[in-house]
Amino acid sequence: MLLAARGTAPLSSLKGKLSLNERLTQTTNTASHLPEPPQGGPGIPAVSVHGLAKRYGDVEAVKGIDFEVRRGETFGFLGPNGAGKSTTISMLCTLVRPTGGSATVGGHDIVSERDAVRRNIGLVFQDTTLDGYLTAEENMRLHAELYGMPRESIAARMPQVMEMVGLWERRSSLVNTFSGGMKRRLEIARGLLHSPRVLFLDEPTIGLDPQTRNSIWTYISELEQDENITIFLTTHYMDEAEYCDRIAIIDEGEIVVLDTPEALKASVGKDRIQIHTEDDAKAIESLRERFGIEAKIVEGAVTFGVPEGESFVPRLFAELGQPIRAVSVARPSLDDVFMSYTGTTIRDAEATGSDTSRNMAKMMNR
Amino acid sequence: MAIGSPARSVTRPAPAPHHPVARLHVPNRSLRGEIRAIKVVWRRELIRFSRDRLRILTSLVQPFLFLFVLGTGLSKLVSTATHGISFRTFIYPGVLCLAVMFTAMFSAASIVWDREFGFLREMMVAPVRRSSIVLGKCLGGATVATFQGVIVIAIGPLVGVPYELTLMLEMLGLTLLLAFSITAFGVMAAARVSQMQSFMALMQMVMMPMFFLSGALFPVAGLPWLLAILNRLDPLTYAVDPMRKAVFAHLDISPVARHALDPGVTWWGWKVPGLVEAAVIALLGFGMLLIAIAEFSHAE
Repeated sequence: MLLAARGTAPLSSLKGKLSLNERLTQTTNTASHLPEPPQGGPGIPAVSVHGLAKRYGDVEAVKGIDFEVRRGETFGFLGPNGAGKSTTISMLCTLVRPTGGSATVGGHDIVSERDAVRRNIGLVFQDTTLDGYLTAEENMRLHAELYGMPRESIAARMPQVMEMVGLWERRSSLVNTFSGGMKRRLEIARGLLHSPRVLFLDEPTIGLDPQTRNSIWTYISELEQDENITIFLTTHYMDEAEYCDRIAIIDEGEIVVLDTPEALKASVGKDRIQIHTEDDAKAIESLRERFGIEAKIVEGAVTFGVPEGESFVPRLFAELGQPIRAVSVARPSLDDVFMSYTGTTIRDAEATGSDTSRNMAKMMNR
Repeated sequence: MAIGSPARSVTRPAPAPHHPVARLHVPNRSLRGEIRAIKVVWRRELIRFSRDRLRILTSLVQPFLFLFVLGTGLSKLVSTATHGISFRTFIYPGVLCLAVMFTAMFSAASIVWDREFGFLREMMVAPVRRSSIVLGKCLGGATVATFQGVIVIAIGPLVGVPYELTLMLEMLGLTLLLAFSITAFGVMAAARVSQMQSFMALMQMVMMPMFFLSGALFPVAGLPWLLAILNRLDPLTYAVDPMRKAVFAHLDISPVARHALDPGVTWWGWKVPGLVEAAVIALLGFGMLLIAIAEFSHAE
């Protein structure tokens, strides 16, 4: 505990007195002088999971998973509904006790050091957990008191986080008068109030309009830069998963793949190139002869797949032997990635869910 | 955890020059932290109650109906049996208990709403003991219900109950005790019942029999044996009876009337003193508080 305290201490002691940037520099300076503590130091991953499992009766919701989340990274946790996503996040947040394996968050064990974990994490759930009959400020204050924040730091920290999400002006309004997006923003501010080291966001943008989704992502990237906070999030939106530093895909209680979005897309294989020419038949023929590539006409364009499409394009122009009117190179999307690892698109996975065991697990999660 | 506490103190030999260890931003679990949690949960109840003016008003309707409609309507009918005492005065202690009981129960019911609207989760994941949350909730409900009781105490002179400091303090003390125990009971039930409709149905099923059996509307002596047994088993009896004892002690009435209207609860012929009755309520409340804490501590 003592040593763990040191890891977070320099940051917290400065909170509120300095601007975000000043604070960041200060923090890193101070931290660099400290001898590396065995717990919670920079070398220790923010989240470390070993053989973590959860069984509800006969249903194995999570089947012994392993992964690590580095400090300061934005980690995306993707999977179809009932794949074990919520169960995993609930176990990491100490809301559900694992039936096997172990995990640490911020260097603290999620079972034996529940309180230490809770102090070091911020939570934003899918469903709102605000009290609508209290004002925004009262909700924040309640949180600060429950987390035992020192009084002087409340006064400094609260305007900071509320301004970040643009709700400081509305602090005296009842939360019931807020729109869905405002509520979510307030929850994010509240989750950050006690300066957590890891912020868990469970579907932070679900059900929000594109504009609000964008602004929420702006906060998330700001956080990553200014507070060096680790973000662990689940999402259904593949375009949002692109913002993550690394992504884990979980399916039927197991992690099927974990890597950067780039590497994941690369693992799917070839980029898709489409060209428009005067004579498509001839183009297909020359592609076969000169490059050994099988192409076909899709959507009125000559289409084929190559690894590293961008570097292939110059060669294509030089060696095809006929003019090309237009070219487009498309990377495999994360949708393709999700499809290739889980055998379904994330939207289909959401819509059907006919698998009984999945449904069971989902019900148990409630 | 043994070395946990020093982490909070600022003075500790620095591991390297120039770097005193500052304390954790969110301090370790401490008594002070728990008290702050209890206080903030308690305050939330008060804030919510004070905003809900309609609730303050509606929860006064029932006692007024009993006192001024039922009480007035029946007073002619029962005038020979009350020895010149107003029937309204007679039922006043019971009605006061009823008002407190309903308000306390509604406060406890808010835990069911909190679960439905997700706020309970915010409290459950906080790094404080669940017992602090439950205690704060019970104290909050007790305070709110006591406030409601104070309004009913204030209208005492309208039904012939005098303003006297000792009487008011006695009534206030009993109100507080009853309010706390009923809230604890409600919170205990709310830990198990997750739907508002079920909770309300359960409450109706429990509260009305409790009220009618308690002797709020009739003297508890000379009852048919079955009713007498049920009356003695009803916890509310031990709130209504001392309340009535307190009120009647401050009324200037004949010994005959006192004997007829305020016979006091007996256990096998032993007249149970008011303090013992209050202790029964306190013990029950404390027991239910412990059960409620256990239930919430085990909930995931």
